[in-house]
Amino acid sequence: MALTGLDIYKLLPKTNCKECGYPTCLAFAMKLAAKQAELAACPYVTEEAKAKLAAAAAPPIRLVTIGRGERKVEVGNETVLFRHDKTFFHPPGLMVRVKDTQSIDMIEKRAREVADYSVEYVGLELRLDGLAVENASGEASAFASAVERVKETGLPLILISSDPRAMEAALAKSDGTSPLIYAADEENWEAMSELAKRHQAPLAIRASGLEPLVELVEKVRGAGVEDLVLDPGCRGYNDCLVTFTHIRRLALQKNFKPLGFPLIAFPGEGANSPEEEAILAGQHIAKYAGFVVMEDFDPALAYPLLTLRQNIYTDPREPIQVTPGIYEFGEPVPDSPLLITTNFSITYFSVANEVEGSGIPSWLLVADSEGMSVLTGWAAGKFDADKIAKTVKTTGIEEKVSHRKLTIPGAVAVLSGELEDELPGWEILVGPREAVDLPAYLKIWKP
Amino acid sequence: MAEKVEIPVQKWSGRVREVTLGATREEGGTRARTVTLGGETTLPFLHFEGKLSHPPRIAIEIQDKKPEAWSPLLLKAWEGAIDDPAAWAKKAEERGADLILLRLSLDDAQGEENTPEKVKSTVRKVLSATGLPLLVFGPGQVDKDNELLVAVAEEAAGERVVLGVCEDKNYRTIVAAALAHGHLVDSRTPMDVNLAKQLIILIHDMGLPLDRLLMDPSTGALGYGIEYGYSVMERLRLAALQGDTMTQQPILVTPGEEAWRAKEAKVGEGVPEPWGDWEERAIMWETMTTTALIEAGADVVVMRHPESVRLVKEAIDKLWMKGG
Repeated sequence: MALTGLDIYKLLPKTNCKECGYPTCLAFAMKLAAKQAELAACPYVTEEAKAKLAAAAAPPIRLVTIGRGERKVEVGNETVLFRHDKTFFHPPGLMVRVKDTQSIDMIEKRAREVADYSVEYVGLELRLDGLAVENASGEASAFASAVERVKETGLPLILISSDPRAMEAALAKSDGTSPLIYAADEENWEAMSELAKRHQAPLAIRASGLEPLVELVEKVRGAGVEDLVLDPGCRGYNDCLVTFTHIRRLALQKNFKPLGFPLIAFPGEGANSPEEEAILAGQHIAKYAGFVVMEDFDPALAYPLLTLRQNIYTDPREPIQVTPGIYEFGEPVPDSPLLITTNFSITYFSVANEVEGSGIPSWLLVADSEGMSVLTGWAAGKFDADKIAKTVKTTGIEEKVSHRKLTIPGAVAVLSGELEDELPGWEILVGPREAVDLPAYLKIWKP
Repeated sequence: MAEKVEIPVQKWSGRVREVTLGATREEGGTRARTVTLGGETTLPFLHFEGKLSHPPRIAIEIQDKKPEAWSPLLLKAWEGAIDDPAAWAKKAEERGADLILLRLSLDDAQGEENTPEKVKSTVRKVLSATGLPLLVFGPGQVDKDNELLVAVAEEAAGERVVLGVCEDKNYRTIVAAALAHGHLVDSRTPMDVNLAKQLIILIHDMGLPLDRLLMDPSTGALGYGIEYGYSVMERLRLAALQGDTMTQQPILVTPGEEAWRAKEAKVGEGVPEPWGDWEERAIMWETMTTTALIEAGADVVVMRHPESVRLVKEAIDKLWMKGG
């Protein structure tokens, strides 16, 4: 937990020498607490104070990276329980399981599908993150060959086996890729810790229940492994919600170091169907998982999950916006339709996709609603008659279109009268309420 | 030596109000059973630190005439019942609804204007077809909402129906009708904590007891602003638990309506290949929108597809069960 200004003050020399640039040690301490100053500015601070401050500054949930290169996954380093308190920083890695009992062709096909899957959402490219290879055969050689094959995708890997011998064989084939070793347990932790150190790979720790987990974490850290991922053994909806909440609260509110690591979840192990697995995976995304391992790959389930992850991990302090102005679709001419919408990215992309899809060349004006959607912007006075009139007058659209017909979103039909007053000479048309109905509307639009 | 793990338990001072929908014969209505919402003294499903009296409930939305604009997947799912609100209500009950939400249209099936008389007969038929408590929402045009909902309130007097929706620009007539005939109302505001609270205060000031008020903070669908609705709901629920009395109403949201107007659910053709199988994706769109909102604190979710309802029901059962 972060130290207060007074806690920090107690660690300072209290001489008010001013060499740090602040009038008193207390003022300096307050700046440190607000993270507006660096401790190094004090020439007289003791080593003990440095160590204490550094420990307090360490993130309550450790950042763990698996994989290398552009597709590596970083998880952890979260600071809040609720996204509205600040934001969630590192979206959980969504991994798909393959087993070394499957044929090599099957494994390769699945690995390729996962590596190549990509879906566009509001101008972003959403992708799955990696593969979890399971040593279901119990044989070291089968495990090693499966890992060798999937390694070629360049995706981050989780290696699943409780047999240190098999793990060693797989690690030998995946050296240099920082896979996650899953998992150290009560039986094998010494050997697994050795492997994690030797291959500089993060290590997952599996135990049933928090106390056995903490005990095992202490042993593994004692053996010198710090990059850990935790599996507290829960598998169901309520069980995981409660257990993951306990762990997140302990890490953030109590600064309880033994549980200050990212969590891994296996929703398929607590589900009776792929749909149920996906719903549970959705829970893990919102409530505190660092990695989610899925049993199967299905685009109809992957797309909603990736979208949910994107939504939950959007920074609530900064709505995603597009630049206000004139947008052209197709090659619009002076008598092409003219529409207006807000600059909230989701609104913009819903409208843009439909206009684009309609195949009818059109002009789209995007008003600066400060990232609010049509109705929210209207309610907050950020997308009212004033704002719309100003957008028409300042963007230069009057020189681009020969007609004087502006289509406003159906949800703000109520603005039409006021707008005709504000924009003399313009006719205000009321468009559909939903973007999805725009193509039909544009087809019958006449200049 | 391992450290002893002390589970943090949050002490909350507030409690969500209990609100009961529907009335049995003994209570002046005709419902086979009533449904009570709210009563929570902690965050959703955290049994270990508080009391959770009533699980979240599912209302299935039906309309007074075949909703031609709905996704073909929904029309197919309710085929055979969708032309008749009474048959539809019955089928919805069979498919697992805890509550029925009847939405009124501007026009009837013949394209003629909907009238108080027609609406009264529809409500009567639906009340006879199902024993579940009812919610009735107007078509969403101020004058028409008022005209039709007053008729609903009269026809269903004593049934403790939820009338909706009350918005800041139009709530007085609906609240007055609820007061006069013993009903409840749905208080809807656009995704904002303060606006939600304000409208509850305004409605309460008209004399409607707080145990007859549902708070509807609005939401977006998955991919269409769900994160706003989600966070507003989490903040409202935290405020309620921290003792802010005007946020302590059970929360109603309409993920079905939101999800099914998203292109991802509504449309099967001309969409990108990585979207996968249409029906599966569409059902998941509604299901995942709904479960995310339930975990953020929803007490009633209004849904549309029977398969999504089945999946959400299963998830609620498991979330509700300690260790489930």
